[in-house]
Amino acid sequence: MGSLKPADGHASETGFFVTQVDWVVNWGRKNSLWPMPLGLSCCGIELMAMIGPKFDIARFGAEAARFSPRQCDLMVVAGTLTWKMAEAARLIYDQMPDPKWVIAMGVCSSSGGMYDSYSVVQGVDMILPVDLYVPGCPPRPDAVIDAILKLQKKIEREKPFQLLLEGDVVGEYDSGTKRFLRAPNHSVPTTRSHEVLPPTKPGGGHT
Amino acid sequence: MSTSSTGGPAAKTTRVPGSGATGARTTRTFEFAPGEVDRDDPLHGELMELNMGPQHPATHGVLRIKVVLDGEHMVEVEPDVGYLHRGKEKTCESLGWRKFFVHTDRLDYLQPLMNNCAYALALEKLGAVPVPERGQTIRVLLMELSRVMAHLIYLGTTSIDLGAVTMFFFTFSERERIYTLLDAYTGHRMNNTYIRIGGVYADVEPAVERDIRAWLDQFPAKIDEFEKMLTGNRIWFDRNRNIGSLTPEMCKAWSLSGPNLRASGVEWDLRKKQPYSGYEHYDFEVPIGTIGDCYDRYAVRIEEMRQSVRICQQALDRLEKSRGGEFLSDDRRYVLPPRGRVQTSMEELIHQFKIVTDMALPKGEAYHAVESSKGELGFFVASDGTSHPLRCHIRAPGLMNVQAIPVLAEGRLFSDMVSIIGSLDFVMGEVDR
Amino acid sequence: MSTQERVVAALAGIQHSLQQPRDGGLSIEIEASVVPQALAALRDRAAFDTNVFVTAIDRFPAEPRFTVCYAFLSTTHNDRVRVQARIPGEKPHIATITHLWPGTAYSERECFDMFGIVFDGHTGLKRLLMPQGYDHFPLRKEFPHQGIEPDRLYREWDQRRRERSPLRSESEA
Repeated sequence: MGSLKPADGHASETGFFVTQVDWVVNWGRKNSLWPMPLGLSCCGIELMAMIGPKFDIARFGAEAARFSPRQCDLMVVAGTLTWKMAEAARLIYDQMPDPKWVIAMGVCSSSGGMYDSYSVVQGVDMILPVDLYVPGCPPRPDAVIDAILKLQKKIEREKPFQLLLEGDVVGEYDSGTKRFLRAPNHSVPTTRSHEVLPPTKPGGGHT
Repeated sequence: MSTSSTGGPAAKTTRVPGSGATGARTTRTFEFAPGEVDRDDPLHGELMELNMGPQHPATHGVLRIKVVLDGEHMVEVEPDVGYLHRGKEKTCESLGWRKFFVHTDRLDYLQPLMNNCAYALALEKLGAVPVPERGQTIRVLLMELSRVMAHLIYLGTTSIDLGAVTMFFFTFSERERIYTLLDAYTGHRMNNTYIRIGGVYADVEPAVERDIRAWLDQFPAKIDEFEKMLTGNRIWFDRNRNIGSLTPEMCKAWSLSGPNLRASGVEWDLRKKQPYSGYEHYDFEVPIGTIGDCYDRYAVRIEEMRQSVRICQQALDRLEKSRGGEFLSDDRRYVLPPRGRVQTSMEELIHQFKIVTDMALPKGEAYHAVESSKGELGFFVASDGTSHPLRCHIRAPGLMNVQAIPVLAEGRLFSDMVSIIGSLDFVMGEVDR
Repeated sequence: MSTQERVVAALAGIQHSLQQPRDGGLSIEIEASVVPQALAALRDRAAFDTNVFVTAIDRFPAEPRFTVCYAFLSTTHNDRVRVQARIPGEKPHIATITHLWPGTAYSERECFDMFGIVFDGHTGLKRLLMPQGYDHFPLRKEFPHQGIEPDRLYREWDQRRRERSPLRSESEA
């Protein structure tokens, strides 16, 4: 594909064909976001209402709300995440194949919500990267549909084919562990666990 | 089965039903005669430990169940709760009595107003606050609407777990109609927090009353539709009849209440036996089952929905008669004054200030229970006279329902687990608090 | 026969004192050591067939620190009774009643989880709501509302997970 790249090799000036392929791939991805409902508490009920007949996210392509993470693209963390559940949530996120996106639905998953207590994760972005936060307790299904539409706009801006051509997607091969080190499919801020988690002092809260 | 393939006499397991819940370990070996069994036989080889949850479509929330399977039969079942433990009882001690109302919604989040009412009733007992009659009527109306909502979710989710996917859409469509009514009245679809100590936040408008009546008029036909789909359905019958039977003694020993207890034949409904909030003035029946299996529990809940419609209609009649009446007590120790008066009257301003910052309930303890859709929902509140609550314990019926899962499930086929979980009907928000 | 008379008759020989709860119900206080006998008497002689709840109140810094509260319901006589027993804060323990009402198993586990009260004779007394490795008792008064190192167990698990399988992609970070 070298002839399609501009002579100076700047990725930002890649040609028409690549951007069109990007557009097609993004169009396919954004219109078939299959949600993985991590319905934990009350937001889970609004999520079910959203999948239900009145709000119906199937018309946006989110037809198959599979409960197996291996078959989903979009993880909707709906409800309060506790530290006991955090391991399971992280495992589920890891089991999802790329490309994957995360919507933190409701204030409990965005920031811990009204629960500043000893067992609640103060925001699901403490353990996994989040693309969109939807405030509300619980947010109306309309709000979450708005979030999915905004996520679709975000997906439109991704550059999957370009990354593939530049070799960034495949990236380095680590012969020690015999694994590919892949870049993520989208430029999402990494989870806060990347930073050193500030030590929680006894008697004081987490961030 | 590599461990016991060395042969030798194998002891027969004695199993105490429900011992999985209390964690008693039993030695598990099987009787077999060496040489007769094909060790490659997949049906009677080793036991398999299967983990159901905490993320699972059919566990109705974040419940983890550790199941030890012998083929398709469940040998040992142990639920693991706590994946939604948000520290509500501790939160009450930190926040104070008034601010905790918001948290009570999120307990059994399928019936938020019912939890609000239960908490308010317990506090009113502690503080000796009478509720005006119109306030009581509105509370009854909201509680019965909540009961219908919760039973609709039971129907929808249990049916979809057992394969009857259409029921999910039918029941959620009805729930959306109730949500619209509650949205019009309380301003929010769910987690309304509309109950206050001494009454409700605001009065019901005649337009909302008309909408509720219109919905009540068409709902019994919808229940008939649900019954047409399920009650005589061969598959529903086969998957629910004679599965998970509870005797009255078992129910009482395991602290089960609500539809689970009534389906076993025990005539026990707190609305009739220990009425609160004016329930003694309403004319309704309490459905009782016969053998206490999953099918009976289903039938009891369907009939409860019909009776709730009756109660709601009577409540609306009473509201019509008492139009203009007081819906909120004016006990200024615990009830905020109306906004306008706060800005013109010094006394009301002081009351507002005191209630918001420093509201204290009298020293002592009180317990009040309501008949929620899952069973006996009670709040045990203890105060030491300061504005800092001493203890608020939430007696959640769901915890007892989860405790009963091993009792019913051990020894059965694994596919019955889904029927049992659905029919016991619990919500992890109140189980874990 | 009123509730009080029935309960007093059933508890004949066991020392108890009546309390005045604000909800007008019947509440009695007994010694922690006689809890199994007293509650068995209530079940067998006073027909209290169901346990409603088992919980505890932490009255720190008063001693005895914990008050274990039981509530019972009689479906045959349609009445309730609450029983309280005070136990000291140092190594708190009390006898179990799961042999009388199996439905108290989870409630007792919850008391252990939240307060640290050990129920002697309870088979399978382990934490109910907090993770198994948790080493604090949340509902004690000195425990802060926001918790002490709430993410410790998760971080340890995360560390073990990363050591087992290093990052395969940045999205796993």
